[in-house]
Amino acid sequence: MKDKLMDFDKALELFDPVLGFEVHVELNTRTKMFSASPNPANPEFEDAAPNTLITPLDLGLPGSMPVPNRAAVRSAISLGLALGCEIAESSRFARKNYYYPDLPKNYQISQFDEPIAFDGSVQIELSDGRLIDIPIERAHIEEDAGKLTHVGGSTGRIQGAEYSMVDYNRAGVPLVEIVTRTIVGAGVDAPEYAKAYVATIRDIVRGLGISEAKMERGNLRCDANISLMPKGSTTFGTRTETKNVNSLRSAERAIRYEIQRQAQILADGGTIKQETRHWHEDTGRTSAGRPKSDADDYRYFPEPDMLPLTPARELVEELRAQLPEQPVARRRRLKEEWGFTDLEFQDIANGGLVDTVEQTIAAGATPASARKWWTGELSRVANERGVDASTLVSAEHVAELTKLIDEGTLNDRLAREALAGVIEGEGSPSEVVDKRELAVVSDDGALIAAVDEALAAQPDVLQKIRDGKVQAAGAVIGAVMKAMRGQADAGRVREIVLARASN
Amino acid sequence: MTSIISLSAAELSEKLASREVSSEEATKAHLERIEAVEGSINAFLHVNDEALAAAKQIDERRAAGEQLHELAGVPIAIKDVLTTKGMPSTSGSRMLEGWVPPYDATVVARLKQAGLIALGKTNMDEFAMGSSTEHSAFGPTKNPWDLNRIPGGSGGGSAAAVAALEAPIALGSDTGGSIRQPAAVTGTVGVKPTYGGVSRYGAIALASSLDQVGPVSRTVLDAALVHDVIGGHDPHDATSLEREWPSFAAAAREGADGADLTGVRFGVVKELDADGISADVQARFKDAVAVIEAAGGEVTEISAPSFKYAVAAYYLILPAEASSNLARFDSVRYGLRVEEPGQTVEQVMAASREAGFGPEVKRRIILGTYALSAGYYDAYYGSAQKVRTLIQRDLEEAFQKVDVLISPAAPTTAFKLGEKIDDPLAMYVNDITTIPANLAGTPGMSIPMGLGADGLPTGLQLMAPMFEDERLYRFGAAIESRLNGGWAGPLALQNSRLEALSDGGAR
Repeated sequence: MKDKLMDFDKALELFDPVLGFEVHVELNTRTKMFSASPNPANPEFEDAAPNTLITPLDLGLPGSMPVPNRAAVRSAISLGLALGCEIAESSRFARKNYYYPDLPKNYQISQFDEPIAFDGSVQIELSDGRLIDIPIERAHIEEDAGKLTHVGGSTGRIQGAEYSMVDYNRAGVPLVEIVTRTIVGAGVDAPEYAKAYVATIRDIVRGLGISEAKMERGNLRCDANISLMPKGSTTFGTRTETKNVNSLRSAERAIRYEIQRQAQILADGGTIKQETRHWHEDTGRTSAGRPKSDADDYRYFPEPDMLPLTPARELVEELRAQLPEQPVARRRRLKEEWGFTDLEFQDIANGGLVDTVEQTIAAGATPASARKWWTGELSRVANERGVDASTLVSAEHVAELTKLIDEGTLNDRLAREALAGVIEGEGSPSEVVDKRELAVVSDDGALIAAVDEALAAQPDVLQKIRDGKVQAAGAVIGAVMKAMRGQADAGRVREIVLARASN
Repeated sequence: MTSIISLSAAELSEKLASREVSSEEATKAHLERIEAVEGSINAFLHVNDEALAAAKQIDERRAAGEQLHELAGVPIAIKDVLTTKGMPSTSGSRMLEGWVPPYDATVVARLKQAGLIALGKTNMDEFAMGSSTEHSAFGPTKNPWDLNRIPGGSGGGSAAAVAALEAPIALGSDTGGSIRQPAAVTGTVGVKPTYGGVSRYGAIALASSLDQVGPVSRTVLDAALVHDVIGGHDPHDATSLEREWPSFAAAAREGADGADLTGVRFGVVKELDADGISADVQARFKDAVAVIEAAGGEVTEISAPSFKYAVAAYYLILPAEASSNLARFDSVRYGLRVEEPGQTVEQVMAASREAGFGPEVKRRIILGTYALSAGYYDAYYGSAQKVRTLIQRDLEEAFQKVDVLISPAAPTTAFKLGEKIDDPLAMYVNDITTIPANLAGTPGMSIPMGLGADGLPTGLQLMAPMFEDERLYRFGAAIESRLNGGWAGPLALQNSRLEALSDGGAR
């Protein structure tokens, strides 16, 4: 059934959206959260066959016991610190009890009333440069569940499926769940808040190196809570929790959709059902999941198989000292250093190319030329192929390419050809220049001969130049460049044309 | 009886070392004994058909001059709560009938590493819930002293096997007395170590914060020898203590030597020497106190007022943890599955659990689920945890004044099969003496205290402060030595029915 949607702007005239986000980050430690099994969220093991990354614990075998992964705890502390959180002197694991076939023990080890990190804040930047503080309630450690594949039925959902298959590789993957406090005042920017918030979390965990943060692989998953209250009201409405938001664009679209859907229901005098909703990227809609009430009883109690986590203060301070710069602060600094306008920097940031451009500059390119190649030719090719520009060539190769241009070895056209060769894997730019014989002809003798030949072939043009109509030289330059198959410096050709014509 | 099967593990190990007896002979003798008496005892759920081969290997290694562990080649029985690679591990439940674990519990791996020979898996109340083994899905175990009586529980299988000379030693697990109470009613020795002293990895969990694996034997020294093998830090158990433990066997030997208790302060727990303790048990306890005093021990009365809440708190904490620990038995990955075509996974889970769990397990799962429910958590689980803290404080205070606490290990001698099966509360109260040590995490031991007027064994419990298991072995061995003097050797060997067991029992 298709939802009735209110026009977005109208919805925001009538209602104030109230937001909340729960972001799950899969840590990329070598082993799982509580078992010695290899962790499929680590790139080395991400393509493992189903049910090959398992130990007795990951199958919930009788007698198996969890042991906390110290590396994962360190990652969680670092993340908590990066989110500006307090790190608990003592935090505890708790069991969240519910039955589901993807949950091997029929309880999830999580944290409940004593999370490892709490009371933080993270700054996000909107596209117009406004900075917003998003309050963080807590970040806690937990384990992921296995993965169900429902076979038969049309939707791929459990309803209507003939049978389901379980892959327990993911069971026990270390997660940090980051929970925001309630976010009010977003107004029409609510969709952008969602996108910028998730992007910031992604940048933070990548900066820390604690997660691969590939949303399409589920390394980073966002649940978006949203409710509406009539303009001027301070009483929160009933919220829905939208799941399956697997890209930055989805985050933006899903919030927008829920605002429009809820606004229409409320304007029609209806009530919002408190429920989980699933975002569908293909149709751009959300659909109802299971009802969710505050009375869901998970019978949490402290995990008796593990002692409280009491990280040494020295460790916390050591990790704090190692924290990288905050994403927003870093972007502001780089923009300044590189001398870019807001728009120029936005170009790089939106393309996810900040790190790549930084590496290219570090490898010797000027900021302007690094930006030009990455947001220009490389982004164009990447778009055509549907891949990330940063996967096409290395920053070092782009830097080398710009150096060849600056030295006069390549002109723009030749540089594009050289780049195509690098993308095809023919080697470094210099190697491609050699192989494809692309270098600009810098031998004046050859150029003079070509110019004389062109002038002789176009005596009328020669006369015009001699008469002072210098722009007429263009025709001769074009003929020379053609004769040189483009491998000449057009500026130099022009100088020679003018010099020979005045003889 | 002076045959191989009546030897203690320590005595047998000497004969193995001197090659007077081979491990194969010892193992064969016990397997034959098992064959002969199991019809009347039912202590074993599974007998290891590779035991003889393992014994031969030990003999070969010894013949090759290899330096072996003191207990290498000694047979041992293993409670079915422990996972054993290649041997079924059911925890006494239909739910796990036929399930063969792909891994060994740490304690089992340590036994194998030391060269002990696993005779098989012993019977128990289903998932260790019970005090009589009557809740085993595979029929009750009988007490070798009187086949109409229970051998205690949940570890009645291990205790009866040791008491009936089917094994010299065994492993048990103790959540509220499942090692000590069976020891008391079968005339054997049982120890619940300090929580965290012995690995729980591979022990099918009943209540994780209370469970502890420990030794079962006929002598204090044997228990100490086993404890030395299985104890110590295990990285697979996050609650395992990282500390160096003294040799408990050395403590037991030193304690038995001279059996002098001069200056040792014993506290009689007032709350455990009162209502509900039978006259028989009280009489033997008085005798034991007299023996301690005669050995130079100072005996005073100590009050632990919070003990009166122990059983109530225990029956909230245990079911709460058990309800969660047993949630994994859902038929999805292993274990019993009951299904009909077209059923949803929820229906199959429910049907399997309905069919796979016995009534006591269901009772405790329901109790625990209720105790953890929103709105009840604080009143039940929360309050019970507070009681736990109070009991710990009572014990800390008591141990300021005395070195060891003593009490009867069980309030009565073995009751009759069927006597309490329909009265869960009467069954629960039976563990009043042993539960406080589990709630506090402190170590406890039961040693034979003599026979009651009914001719059945009674047990003396010793309790020591956290980490002080050594005191149990040192003082326990001294008291044992004095008491054994009165009845000429381990009490278990004084059982006049031992010979008749192989004839199907003297009913």
